[in-house]
Amino acid sequence: MTASLSPGALFGLCGAALVGIGLYAIVTHPGLLRRIVGCNILGAGIFLVFGAVARRGGGAGFEADPVPQALVITGIVVAFSASALAVALLKRLSELNVGERNGTAAPTEQRGRL
Amino acid sequence: MTLLLDLALVAWLLALAVHVVVQRGERSAIIAFLAFGLLLGLAWVRLAAPDVALTEIAIGGGGTGILLLRAEAVLRGRGKEEEPMTRAGKLAVAVGCAAISAGLGLAVLSFASPAPTLAPAAAEALGATGLGNPVTAVLLAYRALDTLLEKIVVLLALIGVWSLAPDGVWDGAPEVKPAIVPGPLTYLARILPPFGIVIGVYMFWVGADAPGGTFQAGTVLAAMWLLVMMAGLKPPPDTSRPLLVLALTGGPALFLAIAFLGSIFAEGFLAYPEGLAKPLIVAIEAALTLSVAAALAMLVAGPARKAPAR
Amino acid sequence: MSAVLGIVTIVLVTAGAVLFLAGTLGLLRFPDTLSRLHAISKADNLGLGLIVLGLLPQAASVTGGLKLICVWLLAQLSAATASQLLGRAVYRGRREP
Repeated sequence: MTASLSPGALFGLCGAALVGIGLYAIVTHPGLLRRIVGCNILGAGIFLVFGAVARRGGGAGFEADPVPQALVITGIVVAFSASALAVALLKRLSELNVGERNGTAAPTEQRGRL
Repeated sequence: MTLLLDLALVAWLLALAVHVVVQRGERSAIIAFLAFGLLLGLAWVRLAAPDVALTEIAIGGGGTGILLLRAEAVLRGRGKEEEPMTRAGKLAVAVGCAAISAGLGLAVLSFASPAPTLAPAAAEALGATGLGNPVTAVLLAYRALDTLLEKIVVLLALIGVWSLAPDGVWDGAPEVKPAIVPGPLTYLARILPPFGIVIGVYMFWVGADAPGGTFQAGTVLAAMWLLVMMAGLKPPPDTSRPLLVLALTGGPALFLAIAFLGSIFAEGFLAYPEGLAKPLIVAIEAALTLSVAAALAMLVAGPARKAPAR
Repeated sequence: MSAVLGIVTIVLVTAGAVLFLAGTLGLLRFPDTLSRLHAISKADNLGLGLIVLGLLPQAASVTGGLKLICVWLLAQLSAATASQLLGRAVYRGRREP
């Protein structure tokens, strides 16, 4: 039992649970911003599973396998870029919605046309 | 004793994640997500991954946090919400998500033994590069292709964000400064950046042999630049400014150039000539750190909002 | 000698942790933002200071110890700024409801 609850396995299980929680938020939450947060939780869960794999793969004098760790670092940066793009899209969408509701284009749009 | 710490960490992570999902207020949810990111950093330390921990706290927690908080301030009161799902629908989704988690958990518990590992291969590469930090060696030598492509993805995301600018302000500058800048923020923006820049350069420099590296250093530098822009001490640059474009593309361009030179002077694309590996890697890292800093700061700043000064 | 240093570390770090616990209790139990701010800033500054002080004898090198002190000073700076900003926001909120 203690063997199966090594830090690797424990955080791997935590990652598995986080995947479910994040996915639930993405599917059910009515607000779009919260869905982006959900994506990030889902991503964090997947990274933790990777971390569990890395922790088990220690060897050659390292405590953990550096290859999955490097992949996770790459993944975190890519996830941030994707979130930034999603947030920018969301802001633009709400700007356009506000413009539509008022019967005019959004302020920046108007400035843009002049 | 450490098992207790691990269990407490896992319990907090799960509780915060659930809190983020069920919390009604948008802002409280995002602040809980910030705390989640910090605790996740601790989890990475427990997984013997200090490099990932630094990246997670800096980019996953801090960077994403400020991005979301800024978005929340803009969207407050006018976010368009969809019709909430019915109870039965939610229940069905919950069952589905639980099944996925259970499947993944089973997979974690039934990992192959002995664990497959690339650590020996990475250790071999480490000897050839003259680096001391295995993760940096993997990022810039053993799996350099991933890192190169990732840089391109970051730039593509930035192009995507910039392309959301309306026609009239195309090529213009983003807006970062709030309407009223509080005095303490200006004070912090004057005091902190010199220290932050030293810390950023230090993190990049020790990254060759100890935890740290381009991403972490780039994030610290980006944070300092954002702080200065938010306090209004220096306005954000026009997105078409040549110096900015040079900073953004310099890292990947140098990386690509050295990669192609590798196919002439060394064994192939992305290979380093023997003996020159460490200086080349440090040069690439220096340029990449600047590129990462510029790209992350501009990603947070968002698309252009002001007409270009011409 | 190392045993004495070990005991110093344990005492100081425990005291710091107790301060953090007290600060967190205050954060959860106090009625309004300003008094919560008061509770958490004590924990942040003094608690972290005690922990850093306790860890100093364990630092592997002089530069390691200096880094610890830098961490404490930077945390002080950011905590002071953050609580100033929060306090200002509360003050403004009271004047213009």
